[in-house]
Amino acid sequence: MNVIDEGNGELVGWEHPDDVRKWNREKRSRAFEDKRMTASEAVERFVDDSDLLASGGFGHVRISTPILHEIVRQDIADLTLSGKTTVFDADLLIAAGAVSKVEAAYCFAHETRGLAPASRRRVEEGDVDVVAEASNATLQWRFLAAKMGVPFVPARILAGTETFEKSAAKIVEDPWTREPITLIPACYPDVACIHVSKADKHGNAVIDGISVEDPELAGAAKRLIVTTEEIVDSDELRARPKDVEIPYFLVDAVVEAPYGSHPGEMPYQYYFDEDHLEEWMDLTATEEGLEEYLERYITGTEDFAEYLEAVGGEERLAELEAIENYERPDTGGPEGGERV
Amino acid sequence: MNEEYTSTELLTTVASSLIEDESTIIVGTGMPMLAAMLAQRTHAPDATMIYEAGGIGPEAPELPISVGDERTFHRGVKAAGMHDVMSYMSAGFVDVGFLGAAQIDRYGNLNSTVIGDWERPTVRFPGSGGANDIGSLAHETIVTMHQDETSFVEELDFLTTPGYLDGPGERKDAGLPAETGPTHVITQYGVYGFDDNCELTLEFLHPGVEEATINEESGFRIHAGTYDRSPEPTAEQLRLLREEIDPRGIIR
Repeated sequence: MNVIDEGNGELVGWEHPDDVRKWNREKRSRAFEDKRMTASEAVERFVDDSDLLASGGFGHVRISTPILHEIVRQDIADLTLSGKTTVFDADLLIAAGAVSKVEAAYCFAHETRGLAPASRRRVEEGDVDVVAEASNATLQWRFLAAKMGVPFVPARILAGTETFEKSAAKIVEDPWTREPITLIPACYPDVACIHVSKADKHGNAVIDGISVEDPELAGAAKRLIVTTEEIVDSDELRARPKDVEIPYFLVDAVVEAPYGSHPGEMPYQYYFDEDHLEEWMDLTATEEGLEEYLERYITGTEDFAEYLEAVGGEERLAELEAIENYERPDTGGPEGGERV
Repeated sequence: MNEEYTSTELLTTVASSLIEDESTIIVGTGMPMLAAMLAQRTHAPDATMIYEAGGIGPEAPELPISVGDERTFHRGVKAAGMHDVMSYMSAGFVDVGFLGAAQIDRYGNLNSTVIGDWERPTVRFPGSGGANDIGSLAHETIVTMHQDETSFVEELDFLTTPGYLDGPGERKDAGLPAETGPTHVITQYGVYGFDDNCELTLEFLHPGVEEATINEESGFRIHAGTYDRSPEPTAEQLRLLREEIDPRGIIR
């Protein structure tokens, strides 16, 4: 096949499909075992320094905050972050100094809330390197190729741009049309954390609402930590098997984590905590403020339950549930604006 | 003119008029979303909004603040995933995509990645997000952005998303789908289209804007041959925007 052009971005997370097949045969259990553990245990067992990490959901929607917190508490360092539609998740990890490299589709910003003060500071001052550019479809198709166990998938994106030049994709002559086609290489994250609506103790998991790119990411990750709003009996899931997005054999750890997406949204359950996110944006404008945030909410708390108390406990969480369900209090609602 | 209106309201009604009935539109949050909702309530009841994270055809009583939150699929046609939406778009089911950018050049190429050097940027923006995908795969794209000498540039600091690249035929030669590309650019001064050489050309000048302004506020020469004036928002459009679509005034 004639290679017409190739990007010079770092090829993050690519492996020979046979090496991953071997890994999946030897390291991933098929047993219906009880995989429940705490967030602390899950990070101790499955997240290492220098890993390639991908965070599920949509950056500030259905994110796995307890795992992000534990990565900070356990002082995990030198991570490469898969900057798929990342928002609060990336900003927190980059701000806290856990990340040294990013492959960026969407990173360093909070959608309508504007650019992220802390992670932008890190990347503009050179503490974090963008080693490759991507687009949302690029990363999600990198995960699809990995899930399919093939070295790449073809797609009609990236061509003609500097996003391509700084990516790890290649353009070849398609043997059918004889025209150029972009090949998107597979990406196997060392570890992914995905927050779900319901899971059983084996890891079978249901995502209510949009799945974003988690069905692909779950199939691509070499280790998968699932955090869940609720652990349910397997019989409940066997009664609705079509709703299970992630089957148990892809899952290494199951962490029960009610309100686990806070301060992000959990569709149908609770809304963004805009007050908390505003506090994050304000404090992280300076290094001193960032330290204050980390001490108040993460390193100064024992676990996620203590964090939830620190952000306002049951009363605040009930307000967020009301907003999500369109029962907005008269004050304290979210503000939007132009997308940056 | 019926009553006072804001700049955003004018841009919203102008963008709305470009949305056809029985079409599919990928939007982000912000003004284009209002424009699509306004179109649905006026001339385009069967226009369907699609969000890149997976939401298709929502009927939500309030605005999303993320392109992945519940408001993007509330009472929707389908709560899908990104792979579904990107695939439908690649297969030709998405008619129009709305995009924003920090910089644009005469061929409609967009930068949303960096200002300055890529290795050590002066300003780091979020990157492509879904923009490169939408700019590559939607049948047409409409760009909405702020216009001045630093955003309308002779040379982009970084080409994130393809417009017409270096001119006619370039997209097809690069391998992008046939008959795709930007059709309109909406700024605070007017609406631009693209001429036979794929270069930006003035189509509509907004009310009260002088023709000379469009070139004073551009780093490259914009052709202004025959053009019309953008219609002002009607009383009914303003009522819909203020009372039904965005009563809390989140996007003004």
